[in-house]
Amino acid sequence: MKYLKNVVTLQFDQDKCTGCTLCTRVCPHGVFVMQEAKAALTDRDRCMECGACAKNCAFEAISVNAGVGCAGAIVKGWLTGEEPSCDCGGSC
Amino acid sequence: MRWGIGRDRYKVTPGLYAVGQPDEHSPVLVSANYKLSFDALRRELQKIDAWILVIDTKGINVWCAAGKGTFGTEEIIRRVKSSRLNEIVSHRQLILPQLGAPGVAAHEVTKQTGYRVIYGPVRASDLPAFLHSGLQATPEMRRVTFNTKERLILTPVELVMMNKVSGWTLLALFLLGGIGPSILSLSDMWQRGLAASAVYLAGLVVGAVLTPILLPWIPGAVLAWKGFLTGTAAALLICILVAGHLSLANTVALLLALPAVSSYCAMNFTGSTTFTSPSGVEKEMRRAIPLQALAVLGAGIAWFWGNFSAGL
Repeated sequence: MKYLKNVVTLQFDQDKCTGCTLCTRVCPHGVFVMQEAKAALTDRDRCMECGACAKNCAFEAISVNAGVGCAGAIVKGWLTGEEPSCDCGGSC
Repeated sequence: MRWGIGRDRYKVTPGLYAVGQPDEHSPVLVSANYKLSFDALRRELQKIDAWILVIDTKGINVWCAAGKGTFGTEEIIRRVKSSRLNEIVSHRQLILPQLGAPGVAAHEVTKQTGYRVIYGPVRASDLPAFLHSGLQATPEMRRVTFNTKERLILTPVELVMMNKVSGWTLLALFLLGGIGPSILSLSDMWQRGLAASAVYLAGLVVGAVLTPILLPWIPGAVLAWKGFLTGTAAALLICILVAGHLSLANTVALLLALPAVSSYCAMNFTGSTTFTSPSGVEKEMRRAIPLQALAVLGAGIAWFWGNFSAGL
């Protein structure tokens, strides 16, 4: 299933990539693939902003505004002005 | 358990556990201390000798705990040291569930503990194959899926989450139902309250159960839109079934209210999906919530109008 187009905050700087392949392993949606000894961002709209790739990139080539995608948490975030978190007792 | 009953008490004591007859060469698998995750892991490892390092995620599953950071770098480093893993195994490798990756910086764990982090498959059921193939995961093992069965087991918890809101909504509907030409009528309250509650509950079931199940087959990408479509279909079906028994005002109220409730519930399912991004969810909410509110307001006006005009 595909979600909205062109909304995710995922950014990739291929110049900093050393080709360690870790991002291709941790991504649950196969957003990165290896091309000629470097990672390439091939399916950006499938990104769900979980942050696994950025967190595991030791070379700071990837950035993403990772967060909670639960509607209840986002509403709470709007009301309290805080970052959305799972602590609303929601399913996630 | 899946219904959210007693889920707060589902914790496993953190520490090092053995499955089978592990020795110093056996693999070390890191797990959350959520009992469902831990039990699933043990079940899949029945014929394998391994160590399980259970870290303290406050009883939350790997994916959600990783999102919060409790399944994280610091906690893993702490547990590796406190469990004296160095004295128990001779190798220096930790196998982490892939879904723990959002909370863990593999290179930091290696730097602080000397252990190399290897991300295993997404599903525990793929672990035996992963271990037997020399820690190689196929692309399928690395993908998160969201099939009908996976969506179905998530729906009960969605309903339970709405319990409190639903209770107040139903009470309000009964009270509002009583307001009419005769100021406050008990029979009106009962009849109209019951009808409105039925519409609300129908919206709830269509949005929180039916929409998630039918998700891939409903057109569109936005969940609020999908919920609106199924809600509209359900409302039209009800119109046909009770044709002639419904006043114009109540028909309008039904056609506005049911899709709005369904749309809102479906939008809430974004918290359980495996393919929606927070940026996308926020965008869809900014567009959908005003429309949903407007539809509910419109339905309310039509409903009231129906109540007063019927009494004239």
